Amino acid sequence: MSMAPEHAPTMARLSLAQRLAPWMPVLLVPLLVVAGLLAIPNTSSWLTLTVSGLAMGMMIFLMASGLTLVFGLMDVINFGHGAFVSVGAFVGVSVLLMLGGLTGAPSLALNLAAMGLAVIGAMLATGAMGWAFEKVIVEPVYGHHLKQILVTMGGLIVVEQLIIVLWGPEEIYISRPEALKGAITFAGAALEKYRLVAVGLGLVVFAGMRWTLRRTKIGLIVRAGVENGEMVQALGYRLRLVFVGVFIAGSALAGLGGVMWGLYQEVVSAHMGNQAMILIFIVVIIGGLGSVEGCFIGALLVGLMQNYVAFLEPKVALISNIGLMVAILMWRPMGMIPVVKAK
Amino acid sequence: MSDPILRLEGVYTNIAQYHILQGVELEVPRGAVTMLLGRNGVGKTTTLRTIIGHWRARQGRILLDGQDITQMPTPAIARAGVGFVPEDMGIFANLTVEENMVLAAVSGPIDSARLDWVFQAFPPLKTFWKSEAGNLSGGQKQMLSIARAMVEERRLYLIDEPTKGLAPAIVSTMARALRELKAQGASILLVEQNFSVARALGDSACVMDDGRIIWSGEMRELATDAALQERLMGLSMEAH
Repeated sequence: MSMAPEHAPTMARLSLAQRLAPWMPVLLVPLLVVAGLLAIPNTSSWLTLTVSGLAMGMMIFLMASGLTLVFGLMDVINFGHGAFVSVGAFVGVSVLLMLGGLTGAPSLALNLAAMGLAVIGAMLATGAMGWAFEKVIVEPVYGHHLKQILVTMGGLIVVEQLIIVLWGPEEIYISRPEALKGAITFAGAALEKYRLVAVGLGLVVFAGMRWTLRRTKIGLIVRAGVENGEMVQALGYRLRLVFVGVFIAGSALAGLGGVMWGLYQEVVSAHMGNQAMILIFIVVIIGGLGSVEGCFIGALLVGLMQNYVAFLEPKVALISNIGLMVAILMWRPMGMIPVVKAK
Repeated sequence: MSDPILRLEGVYTNIAQYHILQGVELEVPRGAVTMLLGRNGVGKTTTLRTIIGHWRARQGRILLDGQDITQMPTPAIARAGVGFVPEDMGIFANLTVEENMVLAAVSGPIDSARLDWVFQAFPPLKTFWKSEAGNLSGGQKQMLSIARAMVEERRLYLIDEPTKGLAPAIVSTMARALRELKAQGASILLVEQNFSVARALGDSACVMDDGRIIWSGEMRELATDAALQERLMGLSMEAH
């Protein structure tokens, strides 16, 4: 056999536009914030709305991040994801009501301890429920999208009815822990303490997820599985176990999001998860199915857009996020940070 | 000859209503390169995918070192020591070259001596170590695909058309790497359409037609008998 010349590749230097292209979705958030500043003449109102939008975005991210991974990893469309949000909220609120002594005390440490217990309780309950949901409802319909939609939708209805059986049909009103009520004033703007906590928590969860996905072997398996599950298995990894783990983690995160969302609205109802699903789906779609980073950016955009538009033109607020989705999909039809799937 | 490392006994595989494999009888000798040859669509890729467990054999047995792996799940087959390089390369485009390799090292951290050997075989992988695999050229992706299988010692390598669609320069790089793998005593079942590569690497050969092995023997014998090639594959390989 004749020998061909050596293959000696070199690294090409990318142009500025090429180097910036992957960062364009990230730049959308500061661009929207600047647009908000230009559109809202009062700086303190703008700052309040921005923090409020970021807090809302973080909570939507908590609820949506599990769904995007579940879809990306196993191609499962889970319309029942909202059930975990509702159950998480009810369990969390129940724990908080039981810990009235802690939540009513004017001590940030005691209040945060109560919230921590509520979050742990909610995440344990929704994680366990996620395991059962995957086993009973999702597993039999792998590979059948239409059946997945119908069956998971049915699962959602069943869970909503179970909530009504367990907690009653009425909405439950809950006030935030004492130290998290009210606002602090910064640069003339009133920033609600609870929203600042939500922003902090969202950032911590995002950083944790990103670290897990980027720096650990299990994260590598998940990212590779999103792209080409068959090959991950051919390398020797039991993707089924990984998927169940991701489903449980995603359900637990939705439960966490449910607690935060419930306290944000100060009322919980059996249908709150179902109502949140519209925003969750918008975020998952515009982020790029299977992309955690895309989901995070999408959630921030949705939160900011909702708050700015509700202030500027309340009647348009309802459709503003649909408009955002249309605009982003016209720019990037596969979402902002699409995950390349194996053919 | 010693016991074969892999033996297929009357393997039948269906894909939906199509009967692809129809009683495949195949032996892969230990420490040798076995070429799986035949025209397009005769069942070569299906044979490899059935061995690794992506498609289930409807009938028959697949024995790896005497152990029946016919109904084992794919991850268990891989962990039993079978490395698989699929026809479409199966690289993870969103992961870096490094991450692809780390993932392929199932038993733990990558052995540095082994990695040096891989870099020696495929120098571009060192150059693009931190780059996303999706940005590599077709040839570099194929290098990564084979390097992933090489990063840990396997009992058996299943490699599907590693030179398909590649430029001659890359083909010779591939052939050299596979020759090094062979020199280390690896057992390889290789599907290959490039006859000069097949002739250079193959110790034995099996020719498929209509989902069955219709001939098996020494590669040397097949390579030197144009009439046999004509009869088995409908063309003389020398024409390649």
